[in-house]
Amino acid sequence: MGDVIVQMTGIEKTFPGVHALAQCQFELRAGEVHALVGENGAGKSTLMKVLAGVYKKDAGDILYKGASVDIPNPRAAQQLGISIIHQELNLMPHLTVAQNIFIGREPRQKVRFMLDEKEINARTEQLLSMLHLNLDPRTKVAELTVAKQQMVEIAKALSFNAEVLIMDEPTASLTEAEIGELFRIIAHLRDQGVGIVYITHRLEELPRIADRVTVMRDGRYVNTSPITEVTRDQIISMMVGRTIYEAAPEVPENPSQDVMMEAKNLRRGNVLKDVSFVLKKGEILGFAGLMGAGRTDVARAIFGADSLDSGEIYVKGKLAHIKSPRDAVAHSIAYLSEDRKRYGLALGMDVEANIVLASFQKFLAWLGWVDATRTRDRAKVMVDMLAIKTPSLQQKVKFLSGGNQQKVIVGKWLTADTDILIFDEPTRGIDVGAKSEIYKLLNELVQQGKSVIMISSELPEILRMSHRIVVMCEGRITGELTNAEATPEAIMKLATQRGEIVQMETDSTKGDA
Amino acid sequence: METESIATKKSLFRSDAMQRLMAFAALIVLFVLFSIASPNFFKFDNIVGILLATAVNGVLALGVTFVIITSGIDLSVGTVMTFSAVMTGKFITDWGLPIPVGIVGGILAGGLCGLISGTFIARMKIPPFIATLGMLYVSKGLSLVISQLMPIYFNDTPIFRQLAMGSILGAIIPGLEIPNAVLVLFAAAIIANLILTKTVLGRYTFAIGSNEEATRLSGVNVAAWKMAIYALCGLFSGLGGVLMAARLNSAQPALGSGYELDAIAAVVIGGTSLSGGEGTILGTIIGAFIMSVLVNGLRILSVPQEWQIVVTGGIVILAVYTDILRRQK
Ligand SMILES: Nc1ncnc2c1ncn2[C@@H]1O[C@H](COP(=O)(O)OP(=O)(O)OP(=O)(O)O)[C@@H](O)[C@H]1O
Ligand SMILES: [Mg+2]
Repeated sequence: MGDVIVQMTGIEKTFPGVHALAQCQFELRAGEVHALVGENGAGKSTLMKVLAGVYKKDAGDILYKGASVDIPNPRAAQQLGISIIHQELNLMPHLTVAQNIFIGREPRQKVRFMLDEKEINARTEQLLSMLHLNLDPRTKVAELTVAKQQMVEIAKALSFNAEVLIMDEPTASLTEAEIGELFRIIAHLRDQGVGIVYITHRLEELPRIADRVTVMRDGRYVNTSPITEVTRDQIISMMVGRTIYEAAPEVPENPSQDVMMEAKNLRRGNVLKDVSFVLKKGEILGFAGLMGAGRTDVARAIFGADSLDSGEIYVKGKLAHIKSPRDAVAHSIAYLSEDRKRYGLALGMDVEANIVLASFQKFLAWLGWVDATRTRDRAKVMVDMLAIKTPSLQQKVKFLSGGNQQKVIVGKWLTADTDILIFDEPTRGIDVGAKSEIYKLLNELVQQGKSVIMISSELPEILRMSHRIVVMCEGRITGELTNAEATPEAIMKLATQRGEIVQMETDSTKGDA
Repeated sequence: METESIATKKSLFRSDAMQRLMAFAALIVLFVLFSIASPNFFKFDNIVGILLATAVNGVLALGVTFVIITSGIDLSVGTVMTFSAVMTGKFITDWGLPIPVGIVGGILAGGLCGLISGTFIARMKIPPFIATLGMLYVSKGLSLVISQLMPIYFNDTPIFRQLAMGSILGAIIPGLEIPNAVLVLFAAAIIANLILTKTVLGRYTFAIGSNEEATRLSGVNVAAWKMAIYALCGLFSGLGGVLMAARLNSAQPALGSGYELDAIAAVVIGGTSLSGGEGTILGTIIGAFIMSVLVNGLRILSVPQEWQIVVTGGIVILAVYTDILRRQK
């Protein structure tokens, strides 16, 4: 570890109604990976946005390489050598990969006003191959998956050759392979003396990647220590300010053999190949597999968001004609999408409105008036239960921290109270405490006789929660395991079932590098 | 891998090229239909008439294209055009300035109006609709004040009219008497296309329309570029004003309202999305031509003017609807 490169002390930041940072401090050395952890809404992103010139601090000092600096805007941060990957994707969907990466500092031609598009593409090509990313620089970002978009963000941040690199939950939507690649890059940068701030809720990642960890709580600094000197449990108790026991919730017995829903031979282009499965009443059915295995496509097909080429869906024994999400809702199916910004939230509306958005019918009083008292009560229950950190029910959702936005979506679908719930990566970006709260709620739901399909890339979560686990690989179901049979090894084996193809693919990505 | 190839196929169908192709096809269809319906349509003089009628609206629409790609709007281009025409008249006729100075002055007057709108929008965060609505009234009022409600004629400087209505092309190639105003439109379109596709300004126009916040977070001075974009739109309005004045040999202070809507319609027919992030100059030019071909053809078929307006409205909606259908596929 090298010298101290960033020293933040006494940082204050207040938003209307929220004291986001109170006398907060942070120290970063050159050549270290410094993890920053804390509950949703603790102020991690805000602190880093102050450092990156996105927010102006109300008070406090920032020393950069020993000198006091003022960072009024993102450009100033870039010029100092500070680069940030934001928690939310910040890309221009209509522009190409290359155009996104070089936005704001495009290589120019001799006439300074003219862009050098060739150079932009060539340099992007170089950068992408350094990252072992198999992408055409000329592809429009709108056409990429969320994971690929995240990789574009990472490539962009790296292209600055920054001395300080801030990563705000970069792995939230990445596959195992991509995470491995990212960690390799991070280690490489650290060896070159780059100081890296790494924000995450996946505490199990920390020993693999971090040198030191700083814990924040309620906008305050709690503690910094070398990662080797604290345990996971100590970190968690510093985060929440009390000890919580992460007792693995028992998977409740599922007494029922009634079939809630059955999918038969679903096919759609190359993404779904002959997918059939049964969802029983009162069970949690886990969907495991690598990213891109087709799990989200199954969910979207059942929810009527994509049309099927062929196949049948039976709900409670009857053939269901689901052509649109509206039909799905009519069959009491809910879908929590993995892409919260695009499909999940009305960002400009308040917390209360978002929570009751999918279930207004239930709150209608005489002549179609919305019963405001009941919506408020319901929203309040959800805010308390999920510990959504918000100054009031009337706060606009766009002002909540990333994890708290995710909680609002979960709250919305729990309020909708449908018989079949499809949860796609429900705990992405959510802190440990709230996670166990969501698990508890899911268990309660199935005990009431509802059925849940849970898609998750986090194996521990799938193993902990599911009665049965369906594993997918390349659009096919490659196996089904009961909770008793399921082990991480068994799942991974099924998830990479067609060994030769997987082998070929890893070869080709390596070959392109 | 396989899914990616599907994505590319889709994107080809969805691409801007497709939209331009469709707009172009529509233009051809209109041409053929009107040629069949009336022998007077496909005549050299009539075609020149169409070209000339497109010149002013086309130039205005060029500027509006930039603004709409940023997902903004400019309602003031019509009256700013008039303001520029009046200023040109003031400079040349009343003050006796040399013609080139008068022309540049008129264009800059338009640019200034755009810069002011842009400042209100970018610095004071006034919504573009409101800021340019204000500018619509202000420029309209100023035109009347400055001209004292009277048209300003260019009778002392006959050369000024020639700049738009004369034909350099005809002098070079006898018989091909296409007015200079049309050449100005094409030159302006080429410059606009260059700016939009090859320069930093163009890149940020798309970036701002695609995701303004992300552009800002990338370190781009969004406010400054937005001001530049509205100023550019103003410059095109100014050019439109000069063309208009030259064509009529006078600055008519009461003219101009309604032109902004024609310009916006041309942009939209040309496939530029009002939600920002996409659009092309070629599309806008085709859109402008579709509108004047339509008006011209209907007039030749003796359809009353009232009904021409109704049809134009229908075409705008049809164009946007086909665009939406294309996106859903
Ligand atoms: N622009 C804003 N306006 C109002 N309040 C804000 C704004 N940005 C953040 N906040 C509030 O500040 C607090 C800290 O938010 P921040 O985004 O820093 O949390 P975080 O630690 O990054 O949480 P997460 O793990 O969920 O991402 C939250 O209560 C949030 O609601
Ligand atoms: Mg955050």
